[in-house]
Amino acid sequence: MSAGAPLKRLEGVSQPSRECVMSEFLYVYRNGNGVEKASAEEMQKIMQKWMTWMQGLAEKGHLKDRGHPLEPEGKLVSGTGKNVTDGPYAEKDLVGGYSLIEAKDLAQAAELSKGCPIFDRGGAVEVRPIMKM
Amino acid sequence: VSDPVEHLFRRESGRIIAALTRVFGFHNLELAEDVMQDALCRALEVWKHHGMPDNPSAWLMTTAKNQAVDVLRRERTARTFAPEITRLLESEWTFRPTVEAAFGPHAIQDDELRMMFSCVDPRLTQEAQVALILHILCGFSVNEISNAFLCTPAAAEKRITRAKKVLASDTKLFELSGSEDFRARLSAVHRALYLLFNEGYHGANPRTAVRVELCREAVRLAKLLRDHRLAATPPTLALLALMCLHAARMPSRVDESGSLSLLPDQDRSQWNRELIEEGQRLLEQSATGDAVSEFHIEAAIAWCHASAPTAQATNWVQIVALYDTLLRIRPSPVIALNRAIAIAQHAGPEQGLTAIHAIEGRERLRTYPFYPMALGELELQCGRRGAASHHFRTALQLARNPTEQRFMQGRIEACARQPC
Repeated sequence: MSAGAPLKRLEGVSQPSRECVMSEFLYVYRNGNGVEKASAEEMQKIMQKWMTWMQGLAEKGHLKDRGHPLEPEGKLVSGTGKNVTDGPYAEKDLVGGYSLIEAKDLAQAAELSKGCPIFDRGGAVEVRPIMKM
Repeated sequence: VSDPVEHLFRRESGRIIAALTRVFGFHNLELAEDVMQDALCRALEVWKHHGMPDNPSAWLMTTAKNQAVDVLRRERTARTFAPEITRLLESEWTFRPTVEAAFGPHAIQDDELRMMFSCVDPRLTQEAQVALILHILCGFSVNEISNAFLCTPAAAEKRITRAKKVLASDTKLFELSGSEDFRARLSAVHRALYLLFNEGYHGANPRTAVRVELCREAVRLAKLLRDHRLAATPPTLALLALMCLHAARMPSRVDESGSLSLLPDQDRSQWNRELIEEGQRLLEQSATGDAVSEFHIEAAIAWCHASAPTAQATNWVQIVALYDTLLRIRPSPVIALNRAIAIAQHAGPEQGLTAIHAIEGRERLRTYPFYPMALGELELQCGRRGAASHHFRTALQLARNPTEQRFMQGRIEACARQPC
């Protein structure tokens, strides 16, 4: 067996995604209109859509870490005086949670985010590449 | 077999509000609703990331319970709560067991029932009672209620807000006991659930899915009554029997093309045998005691239909006799119309028409599309196409949704086709 054989075998074969060099991205979920006004049935439908979307990402190997939702309250510490102010923050910018995604590039990561149900209620996903070491 | 997760939020929201109201008191209903909404929000946020836990219902209950304890601790000096817990709030931790108790599996069924009895307060109209039951116990939003009953959201909102205000004068949920008051409320609950079911079964809403949902909720709540020692009276069993026997025939009322299909034309193989058997069993169980309720009679009529192999082989004589009894208990032109249709089935269309013309107060049927439709049907059977067509046109104008419109249109066309 020649030394070049393993490489030759890969020629002409489209590379499965796990063989690509994958990069990591952070999805930051910005809530838009909250779900406070939704009915029980609507809330359940929203949740099921999210679960389906996350499951889809996981099955295709894009979900590195499901991440977590965040409590709406918090504190902001800022300035040289280290001023501490209380949340809540402006509703539409409120970060509701985050997940860690694997994709081949920023364009793909952004494309994948389009399936997120957050857009149904005026929310947004911020897609940020994680800086490589 | 329905998916246990289907409508989970809706179902649990009613249970949570009932338990919270028991702890907080009826005057704090709004607070209970906020805490419930918050518990659902938390479930939504956590589950969308991590998926549903193995026992989602227990997860929701625990979350609501913890929130309730927080609220009590935070607000115990600012608010008054339910009388049974107020005393316990004086010492910091003694109220926790009371909250735990309110959320126990048995207690929560009681809480739901007590809430149902609270909702049928005699100070409220029947429409308001039904709207409140749907809103509080079935988790329907104001929009969903207005959609189901084809009223404006503003009207539904007003009805619910006013009803809540009336009930806020009570601090406690209605007490389940063998009292006179309990018996009176139990019949009011029966009537409210009957109305809810009928809105689903015969209602004007064009969307079958919405109507099926109303029927399902009515059955679920009626089963809560059946499962309670004091509430499982013969009329309760008869009401549930009636619902089962009607629901069994639901799938065949609209045919594959989405068109309305009348009893004689329905595909009886589509009727749900299991529900018919359950209805029959309940009807047998309900035959105790000395009082015959309207639900007994209606269930018996429904059973005559459900057990007949064909429309021709139906025991119409018995059905007419049952309608006679029903009219004595609850005189109504709609029931008299149904009786006349049954007479036509065994004595012929001319007899049926005579019975219709003899209905007392039939001017009240003026806006009921099935009144001119029945007239048209019988005239057509007598071979009077012109008269039949005229009645079907009136019915078409009264039709409440596209399904009914299509049906009437079809009957008008049938008049033109029929040979003289």
